[in-house]
Formats: sequence, structure tokens, C-alpha cells
Amino acid sequence: MFEIIASPISAQEVTEQVMHRNAGAVVNFIGTVREITKGRKTLYLEYEAYVPMAKAKLEQIGREIAEKWPGAKSAIVHRVGRLEIGEAAVVIATSSPHRADAYEANRYAIERIKEMVPIWKKEHWEDGELWIGNQQGTISYENGKPEVNEG
Amino acid sequence: MITVLLFAHLREQFGTRDLQIEENSITVADLRKQLEEKYEFLDTKSIMIAVNEEFADDEDVIQAGDTVALIPPVSGG
Repeated sequence: MFEIIASPISAQEVTEQVMHRNAGAVVNFIGTVREITKGRKTLYLEYEAYVPMAKAKLEQIGREIAEKWPGAKSAIVHRVGRLEIGEAAVVIATSSPHRADAYEANRYAIERIKEMVPIWKKEHWEDGELWIGNQQGTISYENGKPEVNEG
Repeated sequence: MITVLLFAHLREQFGTRDLQIEENSITVADLRKQLEEKYEFLDTKSIMIAVNEEFADDEDVIQAGDTVALIPPVSGG
């Protein structure tokens, strides 16, 4: 299960995707909307995705995990649209025969999402709004793209 | 004709979800140049370009009918 959806995510449903007889460990990550960032109060967030590409990139992360940690399974669902404080923006479930791999694979998945999955977040504050990521041009890609090579 | 999809702050800046480019064949580098000449506020340095939903290199060639997207730095998660 690798999806971009516009409705609340069921962490239970995502987790069930990776549970199986040889799994001895299941790790669940829930990325939630935080109220205070750098001293500023967020009212709500808005997420936008290039949906078909974002879904394909989540699937790619799943394949990378399966190659790096044999026996590991993963499932990722990211939500788009308006999200309120405390709501889940992303749920990542990973499982493997032993816990170390399940933890590592899970961490890997969120870092890869932040690197290269085409999803954007807009912060809405009381006194303004900004697409994060960012338009000040402080990030530049030497090769015109992020490192997307597998592994 | 090449369709260029826009997202996030680019979509808001341009006031549209896509641009139509009158080209049959153009490299990614030339597309960047053409867009920057036409839209002076646009700096593509921090923007990745995807062709048919895959990140493209500057020397890759875009053909008419391909779907191109300007991908500003991502902030999912």
C-alpha cells in the first residue's frame, strides 16, 4: 500500500499491510501536524502533491527497502489537503523478522520522502502563510535533481 | 506542444496549474533557459524537472506530448 489520499489516514489499516507470519517486528511512524515551529504558532497546514509521481516515488521507496533489508515489508500513506493540528500527515509501517531492520527501514522511508517525493506543505499562521521548502532559493540541486539513485 | 505542470508556490505565482510550451523537442536545459527568459521572476536553480513522472537531467530531451513538471524543493512528511 503506497497511496496519496485526501481523507484521514487509518494507521491501523497501514500497519495491517505489513503484518505477516515471518514478521517479528512492526514499526509504525506517524508524522503529525505540530502547533509550534520555531516559536511561531501554526493554525493549520495544507499539503499538495503531484499525485501520480508521488505515488510512484513511494512505491520506489518500498522497492529500495525490500532490496536493502531482505524480508522487510513497507507501506506508506501520505495525506493531502487541509490538515489540523495533531492530525496525521503520513503513516509509515515497516516490518521485518527482527526489530533492527524494521526500525532502520522505517527511518529510511521518512528521510527519502523528505528528499524526493513531490509533496509540498504550506504553513498557515495567524499573520501569514508560506510554502515550505522553499522559495527563497536557498536549496539548489547540483545535478538539477536530488540524489535519487537507489541505495 | 509540451505541457508543464506547476505546483505549490509556482502554481500560485503563475496563477495556473500548467503552461503550454510551443516546442516539439527541447532539452531540459533549454526549457529552463526558455522559461527563465519568458518569466523573469522565475529562477529554476532550485527547481527539479520531472519528465513523465521521473526526475530528468539537463541533457534529457523532452518530446511533444511528454508531461513535464517543475518540482520545487519538496516538504512532505
